[in-house]
Amino acid sequence: MKKTVCSLSILAATSVIATQAFASNEVNLYSARQESLILPLLENFTEDTGIAVNLITGSDDQLLRRLQVEGDASPADLFITVDAGRLHRAKEAGVLQPVESDVLNEKVPSNLKNSDNYWYSLSQRARVIFYAKDRVDPAELSRYENLADSKWKGRLCIRSSGNIYNQSLVASMIEVDGAANTQEWINGLVKNFARPPVGGDTDQLKAVAAGECDIAVANTYYFGRLVNSKKAEDRAIAEKLGLFWPNQGKGDRGAHVNVSGIGVTASSENKENAVKLIEYLLSDKSQTWYAEVNNEYPVVRGNPFPTSLVKYGEFKSDQLNLTKLGENNRQAVEMMDIAGWK
Amino acid sequence: MSNNVLTANSGKTGNGWLKGVSIALSVVLALPILVILSHVVLGDASVWHHLVDTVLFGYIANSLYLMGGVTFGVLLLGVPTAWLTSVCVFPGHKWIAIALLLPLAVPAYIIAYTYTGLFDYAGPIQTFIRDMTGLGYGEYWFFKVRSLPGAIVMLSLVLYPYVYLMARSAFLEQSSNTLEVSRTLGYSNRKAFFKLGLPLARPAIVAGVTLALMETLADYGTVQFFGVNTFTTGIFRTFYGFGDAVAASQLASILLVFVTILIVLERYSRRKIRYHSSGLSKVSNRKIHLQGRYGIGALIFCLVPICFGFLFPVLQLAYWAFFDSIGLDKSFFKLAWNSLSLAFIASLLTVSCALLLAYASRLFPSKSVDTAVSVSGLGYALPGTIIAIGVIIPFAWLDHQIIDAVKALTGDKIGLLMSGTIFALLFAYVVRFMAVSLGAVQSGLGKIKPSLDMAGRSLGLTPVGVLKQIHVPLLRGSVLTALLIVFVDVLKELPATLILRPFNFNTLAVRAFELASDERLADAAPASLMIVLVGLIPVILLSRSIASRT
Repeated sequence: MKKTVCSLSILAATSVIATQAFASNEVNLYSARQESLILPLLENFTEDTGIAVNLITGSDDQLLRRLQVEGDASPADLFITVDAGRLHRAKEAGVLQPVESDVLNEKVPSNLKNSDNYWYSLSQRARVIFYAKDRVDPAELSRYENLADSKWKGRLCIRSSGNIYNQSLVASMIEVDGAANTQEWINGLVKNFARPPVGGDTDQLKAVAAGECDIAVANTYYFGRLVNSKKAEDRAIAEKLGLFWPNQGKGDRGAHVNVSGIGVTASSENKENAVKLIEYLLSDKSQTWYAEVNNEYPVVRGNPFPTSLVKYGEFKSDQLNLTKLGENNRQAVEMMDIAGWK
Repeated sequence: MSNNVLTANSGKTGNGWLKGVSIALSVVLALPILVILSHVVLGDASVWHHLVDTVLFGYIANSLYLMGGVTFGVLLLGVPTAWLTSVCVFPGHKWIAIALLLPLAVPAYIIAYTYTGLFDYAGPIQTFIRDMTGLGYGEYWFFKVRSLPGAIVMLSLVLYPYVYLMARSAFLEQSSNTLEVSRTLGYSNRKAFFKLGLPLARPAIVAGVTLALMETLADYGTVQFFGVNTFTTGIFRTFYGFGDAVAASQLASILLVFVTILIVLERYSRRKIRYHSSGLSKVSNRKIHLQGRYGIGALIFCLVPICFGFLFPVLQLAYWAFFDSIGLDKSFFKLAWNSLSLAFIASLLTVSCALLLAYASRLFPSKSVDTAVSVSGLGYALPGTIIAIGVIIPFAWLDHQIIDAVKALTGDKIGLLMSGTIFALLFAYVVRFMAVSLGAVQSGLGKIKPSLDMAGRSLGLTPVGVLKQIHVPLLRGSVLTALLIVFVDVLKELPATLILRPFNFNTLAVRAFELASDERLADAAPASLMIVLVGLIPVILLSRSIASRT
């Protein structure tokens, strides 16, 4: 027994330590895009360039905290988030450094990157309104602002205010509508809730399909997944739903988008490789991959839309500089707390 | 713990090093918690004011409801089942005794996913009801899984085994004598339970409830998924939404106050009670034989937690895993191996430390040792994320000192040595799970009468001899229990693993969580199922060790 324990411990310890060994030609990545939504691209990158990529996934905030604490000794070269606000926070915390790449500056539209080149967007996620086709006439829908209208009382599903996509939607509205109007909007919105917020975006979509509410606010890629699902029940849910692009009117700002994005860390010792990886993640091949695998919209113009969402066509997206989402985030959370948005 | 009864030998043994080492160890283990506490005096108070004005009292109220509900739940499920399986005979009681431990292998967040999938409005059961009856939304009543009561049920279903485990071993130890006494007194079976069994087992039951409550306070996955805002979700929200680690740590400090109160209450509840079994428990065959419908009733009562805490969720997971998910790939073996080896090493480390501390507090029951030992157990109630931050900060500080020193001496720039390594992760596990192993080991040690030590010494044994020939055989059960519980806990642990793990290193829990948090519950099923299956190994070992004592 003792012997087995002993040898098992040694075996376990060595296997654990072995994973620490690094190749010399490498780049180290802290990613808030989860493994299954980034690793295949990294594997392709390694195959194409011979540069090994070491990966840690986690939530944006935790990885950011880790970067901050590790400081200039951090092994990370790159930091990926799934929210523009966090990129802004990372820059403010001093853990990012600017990048000089003509390729990147040319490819990424200026509202989707930091003006000093501290970070770039990789893919876009639109947050839109979904409605029950059999109960809601899309003509009733127009702007996010109108969701606070009392005609939606008891008919709206949306997830918790702890969710970053809701926070960034509110942050964008603070920017265009002002704090006072936005507070009023949130108060009205909360009154319209069909139920206290539970679950994720997919759950809101399911609740609309099942009749628990008539409209929901959710990110497009969750809907795209239902459309593409191999389960018939999921596709049936998607069938019952309509997608409405808000704020498309003439002179209006367009639908709210958030992004997943990337920046080179201040401590990076493989900066050249790091920039190569960013360029790879913005290549047409990668841009198509986000659309195909996760139903996200491309950042680089000219790349295809996700097939599941193609029929909902082109849309006008809010051109607000994404840095604002980060700047207004805290105020957004405070305002949602005040309104009692759980 | 004031083990003043146990100390006949202290001071004379010359084992002063043990005292020193144990205090040093507790300080190291308490370091992450002290780091968190140190935040209380830092930072600006504006977030804090906002929290007090808006949400803080809601958090506190929900946490208190949750704790109250879980206390009730784990008592209801844990104590009667422990009594039935230890002093009664009914159809299948041997199997039931083992099977009642199975929910221990199921993480609370996973059981929450499965029941949501089953019972939610859009889930198969309600859809079936609507299809059968033609009713629509709001036209019939159905319980809401994702609610505060739902969270109480979920947590109770997977946490009651702590109470069951502790209560059962207490009942087993008293069983023969108690029953005999109760018969002499002419007590009915019911009276035997309420007048003798329950009061005698109370310290063990309270210890089990305390563990369950600490887990409840630390739970993030379940309450977050259910949209129940507790203290812990509040910490995360403050941390994420406000980007304010300081305010989050301040909230965590309040959580620590909760826990300290819990621990003090637990100590208080058993202040005068110190029962020692007569060494080796006498095993008697005189059990209560439950006949006919009583037997069936006992069986059904015990089957409820087994079915709802284990069987149904596992079947749902298996269904998802085989029919709906992307399935297994070859990386799964690597994931399973990582999980297993981490859990294995962490449980050995944690229990070794717990043994050291428990002995120190037995041999040197001074205030300083007691306090040090108690503080080192606080980590169990803190969410893993908070522990992780408490671990990262001192490690990074130390690393930076070393880096600076090396640079000053040699001019070379070296990287981080300990932060971001398995070592930091293991350390976090030890901090997080010290309370569980300490509890088991201390209760094991507590049962060994001091007179045995004295007898051993007077027969010429050295202190080491006492340890080897008396304590080791008597402690085996408790140590094994401690090892296995930590093993299962590490296997299920998520947040600390997520934030502290090194490059290219994933575990089953991480995989399951990533997919589930991306709202792909079915795809998360294979990894979840693997956690449960791997967790079954120690649970079965545990139950065998318990069965062998019956």
